[in-house]
Amino acid sequence: MPLCNRHLLGLEGMPKDDIQLILDTATTFREVLDRPIKKVPTLQGKTIVNLFFESSTRTRISFELAERRLSADVVNFSADASSVKKGETLKDTARNIEVMKIDMIVMRHTAPGAAVFLSNVTGAIIINAGDGSHEHPTQALLDMYTIREKHGRIEGLNICIVGDISHSRVALSNIFGLKTMGANVAICAPKTLIPCEVEQLGVKVFYNIDEAIRWADILNVLRIQLERQDRAFFPSLREYRQHFAVTRERLDKSKKTLTIMHPGPINRDVELSADVADSEHSVILQQVLNGVAVRMAVLYLLGTRS
Amino acid sequence: MKILLKNGRLIDPIGEIDTVTDVLIIDGIIQKISQNLSVTKEDKSIDLTGKIISPGFIDMHVHLREPGFEHKETIESGSRAAASGGFTSVCCMPNTNPVIDDPSVIKWIQQCSLKVDDGIVDVYPIAAITKGREGKELAPMMELAEAGALAFSDDGSPVENAEVMRRALEYASMIDKPIIQHAEELSMAKGGVMNEGYVSTLLGMQPIPSIAEEIMISRDLHISQYTKAQYHAAHISTAGSVELLRSAKKKNLRVSCEVTPHHFSLTDNAVRSFDTNTKMNPPLRSHEDVEAVKEGLRDGTIDVIATDHAPHSFDEKQVEFLYAPFGIVGLETAVGLAITELIHTKILTPKQLIEKFSVNPRNILHLPRINIQEGEPANLTFLDFMQEWIVDINNFQSKSKNSPFHGWKLKGKAIGIINKGKMKLFP
Amino acid sequence: MTQSSKIIGEKGFERTLYRLAHEILERNKGAGNLALVGIKTRGEFLSKRLALIIQEIEHTEMRIGYLDITLYRDDLRDNFNQPVLKGTEIAFDVTGKDIILIDDVLFTGRTVRAALDELVDLGRPSSIQLAVLIDRGHRELPIKADFVGKNLPTSLDQNVKVMMKEIDGQDSVIVIKEE
Repeated sequence: MPLCNRHLLGLEGMPKDDIQLILDTATTFREVLDRPIKKVPTLQGKTIVNLFFESSTRTRISFELAERRLSADVVNFSADASSVKKGETLKDTARNIEVMKIDMIVMRHTAPGAAVFLSNVTGAIIINAGDGSHEHPTQALLDMYTIREKHGRIEGLNICIVGDISHSRVALSNIFGLKTMGANVAICAPKTLIPCEVEQLGVKVFYNIDEAIRWADILNVLRIQLERQDRAFFPSLREYRQHFAVTRERLDKSKKTLTIMHPGPINRDVELSADVADSEHSVILQQVLNGVAVRMAVLYLLGTRS
Repeated sequence: MKILLKNGRLIDPIGEIDTVTDVLIIDGIIQKISQNLSVTKEDKSIDLTGKIISPGFIDMHVHLREPGFEHKETIESGSRAAASGGFTSVCCMPNTNPVIDDPSVIKWIQQCSLKVDDGIVDVYPIAAITKGREGKELAPMMELAEAGALAFSDDGSPVENAEVMRRALEYASMIDKPIIQHAEELSMAKGGVMNEGYVSTLLGMQPIPSIAEEIMISRDLHISQYTKAQYHAAHISTAGSVELLRSAKKKNLRVSCEVTPHHFSLTDNAVRSFDTNTKMNPPLRSHEDVEAVKEGLRDGTIDVIATDHAPHSFDEKQVEFLYAPFGIVGLETAVGLAITELIHTKILTPKQLIEKFSVNPRNILHLPRINIQEGEPANLTFLDFMQEWIVDINNFQSKSKNSPFHGWKLKGKAIGIINKGKMKLFP
Repeated sequence: MTQSSKIIGEKGFERTLYRLAHEILERNKGAGNLALVGIKTRGEFLSKRLALIIQEIEHTEMRIGYLDITLYRDDLRDNFNQPVLKGTEIAFDVTGKDIILIDDVLFTGRTVRAALDELVDLGRPSSIQLAVLIDRGHRELPIKADFVGKNLPTSLDQNVKVMMKEIDGQDSVIVIKEE
């Protein structure tokens, strides 16, 4: 059974079976990554353009590795070197690329809905690699893969996302995906970093990190963006650290062992203390490795879908 | 030229008339209102059986874009769009280039409008409150009023500075002209692209909270009360704004307000399509806001339906939602939407609808009343409440097609206008 | 109308597997450096059966692994029903081994080509030999089996189906002709 949609634009509304299929398929590619030759000829002859309007080294590298390990031809396009500065519209950029016979576009963009827009104006298969503070579906998929790998399941687990929820595509995609897979989801942040009516998404809200730790099996800690303090979202990093950082001391107060996740890049000792980030319960590096396998799965499922 | 309107239902809220009759118009003047009138075969006789004859509609909030943005709209294309939407008059907002803050621009617009189909649509400029719409120094209001400005507004931007607003209201009250405010507290709204609510959370869009509008209206109502000046809130969109206006009117303040058809026809849920034609300012609001707006229309809190007709070219709207300009065209869908959403749902009576499209805006702008009486000039709009039609942007007279209502099935339509001795029919 | 005729029954199926096992051992002078690799789906079960027989004869544990060649197929670009990936499971290092690649039916040779490519990506075997239950002819690539259970000349409108207890509830080979 192929995926329902020919694009991967977001996890909102994606059926459980599709998420399951991507995660199952990723298991196969995870094995490929352990081979001496970490490459299969599956997407030979397919051309994929990585269209990055926002710099994101790790996501781009992860996608590029996934593409190359499937033997696709890869072209990178980043905003700095692009015609964007000359005032070309996204539609024109996309159409110019498309006419050169490409099959898929992986796009990172600052505007929410940019991937949906792109899918409306071109015929290529679109993979959303993050559109503003809307969605980042492959990140949430790799997070779910990592949770499943570590805990053997997703359903019924208590997962708390900690940090700037308002401006986070990672949080939103995780909430959509985890809810679909039957997890209990909570968020924990200062009230100023939690979007309006978020409870309607079916998540629990904590303003106290200790309460969140008591409740959770897994903490997914988001990067706190330093520039946010400019618009009065929180007073200072010092205050944030004192009241919301995930530290060894706080975790030790909890009886159970929590799995620690972070989409990276980490601000060490800001949102997450260094000892926690490097502890045995941290799966942060597994997330990075699994990211390649999950992206290979998505590329395979979309790239060979008839 | 003789025109005989046969068998129409004449509704004139001012004369408290609601009757089926014939109307004979000769050279633009109503000669006779009576039953069983007839004319010779050479003259025009129009069968309006089952249709409505109303005083001419006015849209007091239109962006004609000329001068400066002629690729979006011109006085000519905008006037034709107005006529085809059933309006005999429009007021054009001053966010042109150059801004309407100088009498010469007013004169120029007036001259242009007279050339379009012999001036069948009256175009009334609204001049800027402040020079260059910059919110700092007052524009020469007296001079502008003498040239023909009916009201003042910095529309597109609010007058942010309270002191400037106070002086503007005081100054305009001296010449008995209303100040029209685009109410938006920018420190809260800036950067936002849609209503703050569940949908903005779902889409990860930077939100515009409803209180950004309400705080500004609230402030302005205080200033209006203090200065005893006439204040009109443009395109209100939230339940809180309706409530503010309702209580201000109870205190007999000289205040009025308008709502756009899209704010009673659509909710922010429409944004989920990421269609840039659902991006406007004020943004589409929640279901509760839409219900409150409808109640405000029903109980008379909201005086006027005006379109905020904001044409943008196809390419300008064919971009990411974040980068798309705010606004949609409205002239050619307003009446159809109002009849569909307000008449057939029994929120408004036909008389109330006509008041909001004709009588009330003319009162607010101190324009002469339209009396449908023998000896008076004929300034009329014809309506068919029962006609079903499908909105097709390709049929718009407007240069721009940025409407979220393309493909909508509406019941009710303006089918023609008469003004200054000219008639246009759109059967 | 479809016509089907049984070519090999349960007894014959077992005899064929025993003969294949003996031929493999004879040619390789024992099981010492051998590893069996079955191509999923039915090659997996054939390799398990052969491993049991070889262990019975040689009294030695067999290395065994399974290939899912989907990622190496040459028809992924065409319209086709996207297969579910079942995953390759080879727990030993293939380098230096004498690999017996096992599949149920040898037809165009394209599956074997894909399997060969995947095997060499996994390491550098000392040799790769091909064992199939049925060779039905119609090769599109220069590929020949080293061990054949039964040569079965067919026409293109015929379909050869290998049934196995593990998935089909019985051991048999049937030829189906669609009319």
